[in-house]
Amino acid sequence: MEEFTKLIHKYLRHDKKFPHVWCPGCGIGIMLGALIRAIDRIGYEKDEVVLVSGIGCSGRLPVYVDFNTLHTTHGRALTFATGIKLAKPGLKVIVVMGDGDAVAIGGNHFIHAARRNIDLTAIILNNSVYGMTGGQYSPTTPFGMRSTTTMYTNIEHAFKISELAVTAGAAFVGRGTVYHAKLLDGLMEKAFLKQGFSVVEVIAHCHTQYGKLNRLGGPVEMLQWQRDHAVTVESAARMKPEEMEDKFLIGVLADRDLPVYTEQYERIRQRAKAGQGKDA
Amino acid sequence: MTQATEEKKPPNIDIYKAWCKACGICVAFCPTGALARDETGSPYVKDPEKCAKCGLCELRCPDFAITVHEKKERQARGGQ
Repeated sequence: MEEFTKLIHKYLRHDKKFPHVWCPGCGIGIMLGALIRAIDRIGYEKDEVVLVSGIGCSGRLPVYVDFNTLHTTHGRALTFATGIKLAKPGLKVIVVMGDGDAVAIGGNHFIHAARRNIDLTAIILNNSVYGMTGGQYSPTTPFGMRSTTTMYTNIEHAFKISELAVTAGAAFVGRGTVYHAKLLDGLMEKAFLKQGFSVVEVIAHCHTQYGKLNRLGGPVEMLQWQRDHAVTVESAARMKPEEMEDKFLIGVLADRDLPVYTEQYERIRQRAKAGQGKDA
Repeated sequence: MTQATEEKKPPNIDIYKAWCKACGICVAFCPTGALARDETGSPYVKDPEKCAKCGLCELRCPDFAITVHEKKERQARGGQ
């Protein structure tokens, strides 16, 4: 094993059952690779990193990697992570969620974590569907598409997770796809290094449920779709609005310096301890 | 181009069959067509001479089941 694979093996829990549980060609595996490469490049110690996940296909991810890991209840990954960060601000807390986890069941936690600007990194795997529970539609299922609970096509409109995070006040927002694995590496690295709430939305595919019901083909065809429909922020600046109609942006969508909750909280603690009073 | 010919040694591509789920991603997105699928759908190295050692198969393999040894340095590859 060499280079990438070698370093990935350094971080895997080899006492777990491999190959992993995800379907052949699933994007979560590619995302896991990008996550490990980004962590390795920054050089975090294994004990310095906490990986928190909710429920769903992506909830299985922390099982396979040798960091501090926590598998929590559906939609509540961000709340557990907030607790960890406040108790131990020195740890690097990374939350891995699916689209259902982040913007449906945990939707409120997500916008408020972004508003608070607490120093967490949320990695949201957006595969447009609830994959593990049987292909039900999620808030990111596009309009007019089929899922097992919208067999007459979906009449709701999809959430745009990254745009939501920008509006809610996250310090860093990036969007990547699993096809653009190298870009994803870079986005994750930037997000981990950012002080404040950072979001990386990973556009992935679920060929087992969503792809099958909508006749979008297998993993290869769905990756080709990502390749053909993703436009980097830099190229989009040169394109006409009508060319962008069926496309989506990838790259860094927001990167700003805002007061970070954990730092502000620490300052208040210090002031209270020193007995400076509320007016100081 | 001269640099490419100097370094033209066929790479050593390892496919770890025990972890491979034969999804076909490595073969479909190989820029030079060095990989191919056999009748069961599993990838194999069809033409090692064609391999550009870009490592994209390794980056995109969801199961960490393929490795390209002696990859070129980043600068030598040019482009990105």
